[in-house]
Amino acid sequence: MAVGVSPRTASWLQATPFALIMTALVIVPLGIIVVVSFMDYGFAEIIPEFFIGNWTDIFKSTLTLDLYETVLRHIVIVWAITLVLGFTVAYYLLFHVRSNFWRAIFLTACVVPFWTSGVVRSVSWVPLLGREGLVNQALMGMGFIQQPISWLLYSEFSVLLVYVNMLTLAMLGPIANSMAKISPSVIQAARDQGATEWQTIVEVIIPLIKPGIVVGTIFVVTAVMGDGFIVKSMSGNQVNTPAGAIMNEINALQYPPAAAKSVLMLVIVLLFVGTLLRFVDIRKELAR
Amino acid sequence: MGKRRPVSYYLLSLFFAAFLLFLYGPMICVYLLSFQGPEGGMSFPMRGFSTVWFETLFKPGGRGVGDIHNSFFRSMRMAAIVAVLTMLIGVAAGMSFRRRYPGANFVFYSAITSMVVPGILVGFGISLALNVLGLRPDWWYSGIGAQLTWSLPFALLIMFIIMGRFDRSYEEAATDLGATSRQRFQYVILPLILPGIIGIMMAGFTSSYEEAARGALNIGTGNTMPMELTALLGAATTPVMFAIGTLTTLFMFVTVIGTLLITMSLARRRQLRLVAQPA
Repeated sequence: MAVGVSPRTASWLQATPFALIMTALVIVPLGIIVVVSFMDYGFAEIIPEFFIGNWTDIFKSTLTLDLYETVLRHIVIVWAITLVLGFTVAYYLLFHVRSNFWRAIFLTACVVPFWTSGVVRSVSWVPLLGREGLVNQALMGMGFIQQPISWLLYSEFSVLLVYVNMLTLAMLGPIANSMAKISPSVIQAARDQGATEWQTIVEVIIPLIKPGIVVGTIFVVTAVMGDGFIVKSMSGNQVNTPAGAIMNEINALQYPPAAAKSVLMLVIVLLFVGTLLRFVDIRKELAR
Repeated sequence: MGKRRPVSYYLLSLFFAAFLLFLYGPMICVYLLSFQGPEGGMSFPMRGFSTVWFETLFKPGGRGVGDIHNSFFRSMRMAAIVAVLTMLIGVAAGMSFRRRYPGANFVFYSAITSMVVPGILVGFGISLALNVLGLRPDWWYSGIGAQLTWSLPFALLIMFIIMGRFDRSYEEAATDLGATSRQRFQYVILPLILPGIIGIMMAGFTSSYEEAARGALNIGTGNTMPMELTALLGAATTPVMFAIGTLTTLFMFVTVIGTLLITMSLARRRQLRLVAQPA
């Protein structure tokens, strides 16, 4: 090497800033949360004494269980819908749209709405779903309903709708990326053997895009699990989730109980992602 | 390929159209309602057509506008710095993975951890760390640092995609011709991966601009755009909110299209050079 460092040292030098930031701002802070979860607290202060109460509180009441039941329901519903939507759109774009130009245009069209701030995008449902919103006006105008439907907005329905609206792209992207790697000759071979379109999807395409599904699943599940903002604003503060509960305690400056709840969530997320990553090597998958 | 389209093509085309309507429907409401007449409210029908809500936005002390101007500049300043740092640190880390080295797994899995752990936990952890050290949060170190924990993992993943497509034979040719490692990077690798690097900068810029969960507790005094918009949302009674949405979308549109045009012209210039001097 002309600069006079060994290749290994060169790699270390290149990775050092990245590794330092991840250590100082992710690994160490998460460790501090674990430590603080075992500390006592007073009004807006952390008392550095060992205290197990933050942990026993979590498991004493049924509140924790209720919160996780809610978020689990959200995760399952949103995951299933984004998977079907994302898969169908990706399949259409990659196997039915034949011109590269139109495929690029359609893919861009899916991304453009995300240039608008997420906050504005969630408020944009109000004129559609509110009591005097377009959907209710249209349904009443057509005589389907006499009274405006009130569960369209500030309800669990609107929370799930906004999740699906925002997260379908996170599922679509990785799936489309996996589909793009399937050689057209594989599909042609299946067709030549007399496979129907449905058989080709089930027997050929789905097994080949599993890595994409895994990555998309990680994005969608962790996003819903960690969300406290959408669930609050779109449910009108009626639905609470574990992340929302953590945010409430942080805002009330009750750090040690918030820390205990954070550690619980951290363990759940890392176990989930760790399990999924056993089935797919992300690094290999991206570099392929 | 058969010439006649199967029935499924038409069904899926309809499905895709419905999907686009689902994505764009709410956005179109925002754009339309931002031109609501002065008597109109936050929902339909439109009572006339005016630019009064855009004027309110730029009037000093306009109602429902809050501190949005300062928040916008705060966000821009942070997003620009985060974009440049993400590019420098992320590209360097990506280059390190071209060789095997002890510790590579730590770098990779720390990035995956940072990406999947909910943002509020990372933000909370950083604010506890500052608390322990007795430091006050400020945008230029803890704010930017918190946002880097979100943008850097994506930079690394994009680098993996870029390096995976990179043809190493170009580099070997340069070495055979006696290029130093610095010349190799400057004249061979960099020009080839430049579009990808610009992509990393854009990703850093937008992820900072949209980020609130990690930054919120750590930027010190003054809100960023997403925080200020959330605050305004609670008290919003007029279409000013929609005018902000329309303008910021327009701004992002210009930024993204501008960047794409620059990237494309860079790629074209390289192509022209290659044609002009056939190897």
